Amino acid sequence: MTSDVLAVAEHRRGDVRDVSYELVTAGRELAEETGGDLHVAVISGQVEEFATRVNREGVDVVHTVDHGEEFNHDVYVQAVCALADELDPQYVLTPNSVNGLDYAPAVANRLALPLVTDAVGIEYDGGLTVTREMYGSKVETTVEVDAERTVVTVRPGEWMVTEADGDAEVTPFEFEVDESAVNSTVTGFEEVAGGDVDIADAEVLVSVGRGIEEEENIELVERLADALGATLSSSRPIVDNGWLPKNRQVGQSGKVVTPEVYIAIGISGAVQHVAGMKGSETIVAINNDSNAPIFDIADYGVVGDLFDVVPALTEEFE
Amino acid sequence: MKVLVTVKEVAEVEDDFEIADLDVDPRYLEYDLNEWDEYAVEAAVRLAEASDEDVEVVSATIGPERSEETVRMALAKGVDRAVRIWDDDVEAAEFLDVASKVRLLEAVVAEEDPDIVLTGVQANDTGFGATGVALADAVGFEWGAVVNHLDTEGVLEDGVAHVHRELEGGIDEITEIDLPAVLTIQTGINEPRYASLRGIRQAQSKEIARKTLSDLGLDHSAVAGELFLTDMYEPEAESDATYFDGDAGEQAAQLATALREKGVGAE
Repeated sequence: MTSDVLAVAEHRRGDVRDVSYELVTAGRELAEETGGDLHVAVISGQVEEFATRVNREGVDVVHTVDHGEEFNHDVYVQAVCALADELDPQYVLTPNSVNGLDYAPAVANRLALPLVTDAVGIEYDGGLTVTREMYGSKVETTVEVDAERTVVTVRPGEWMVTEADGDAEVTPFEFEVDESAVNSTVTGFEEVAGGDVDIADAEVLVSVGRGIEEEENIELVERLADALGATLSSSRPIVDNGWLPKNRQVGQSGKVVTPEVYIAIGISGAVQHVAGMKGSETIVAINNDSNAPIFDIADYGVVGDLFDVVPALTEEFE
Repeated sequence: MKVLVTVKEVAEVEDDFEIADLDVDPRYLEYDLNEWDEYAVEAAVRLAEASDEDVEVVSATIGPERSEETVRMALAKGVDRAVRIWDDDVEAAEFLDVASKVRLLEAVVAEEDPDIVLTGVQANDTGFGATGVALADAVGFEWGAVVNHLDTEGVLEDGVAHVHRELEGGIDEITEIDLPAVLTIQTGINEPRYASLRGIRQAQSKEIARKTLSDLGLDHSAVAGELFLTDMYEPEAESDATYFDGDAGEQAAQLATALREKGVGAE
């Protein structure tokens, strides 16, 4: 085994995703500790162009696998396992993204390596210690890995993007994809967040979450939005329940919004939600749980019962 | 034909809680069916209902006796029978990591030989989000992670699942997945039914087969993982928010002033 780190870049529809540059940072920091090299794998798509883009500070070698246009997990699993066999790295890092979680667990299983997902911190002092959350972000934990090698998936948005250019060697990695083991086919993409309203255009968003409890209570926040001249948006559970359409969803799987004012009502502030609204100019949180993580990013906080506060606030503006 | 669905009972933490040793003090925990699994159960039952053939829906749970209440809820919603894995060795395991869970579930898959396995995307306690895909690779099934749309018609007959995978940013990937397969089911994929009174009554007489590691041909090494929880703590509050105090009316008035200063409501 070497003391190297292998990080797998992510791209979609012709673009390298930001998490790839965050992965470079996490990978460089880890490789500095282990004393090894940082390898970055670019699999499928415009690999040469992508290789140029991920060639950033700290990357020693970029390996390209020119096979297919878009992400296919069967190809990724084969390619990452073949690269791991060839390079024998100590650690494999992938994004903790929807696609990352579609191949990293299989890679770990196939290589018989332990897997730690959704890392928000990684430390190395002869062994690996990973910081990750539990119970829906209510607690943080440290997990020690009692193994020499590990696969770790890295939460997007936790490491800084590496901007500076690198001087890595770019090398094509030649291996035969076993097509008989490719039993899934990506046939297309669909934008699901379209529709009548684009919440990304709104200057003021009144956003409602699980704390609203019942569908008929949505009316309360609709009235507030009307009184404020704001647009109504929501967190995921509201859309999952079918109380508002998908185009109203703010968050990782919905829209990313950056309004002047974002009023979060009954939203606890799960990381997937925060990813979609943390760039808002002013954030207001109304929640009965004073420990809710939404208050960590709020500029104004009201700890109280939304069923009392929201009607009172509406009255102020009606 | 057979659908296997994994069902996990998860602990949910109250708003105010304390940590004792390496976990939340049990006094502040409530147990419930994992939110994602609720949707997976519904998808499993719908797959069976959509088929002209005889389809059995079996659930698999790793959990102590307490979790049978949660398993009964799945049975009440249309799961035909349940398997529950637990024994002293599982109970004594320090931390059930992904590989350990996969070893247990792999044995259930070998015994049950399902055509399709549904799991939740993740469990809302440990949140690894990896068991389904790792299981698929271990048993040689195809898979799809984070499925938010599943066309239930003809899946079992045709041996192909037409699914959407929910990528970030409001984009779905449209994918065809050959069976046998494991699909990890995202919340919102369907509208989980409520258990009917008849369903709840019937669930009482449905089988929950308890399996020990040795029943599954395994021993204590199956739950000897390589991950160890060494600390748990409340994240430091980073809030530098301005809080408005008083009763709801006073809070609303202060917030209204702040909002007007930001130009909200000015027309």
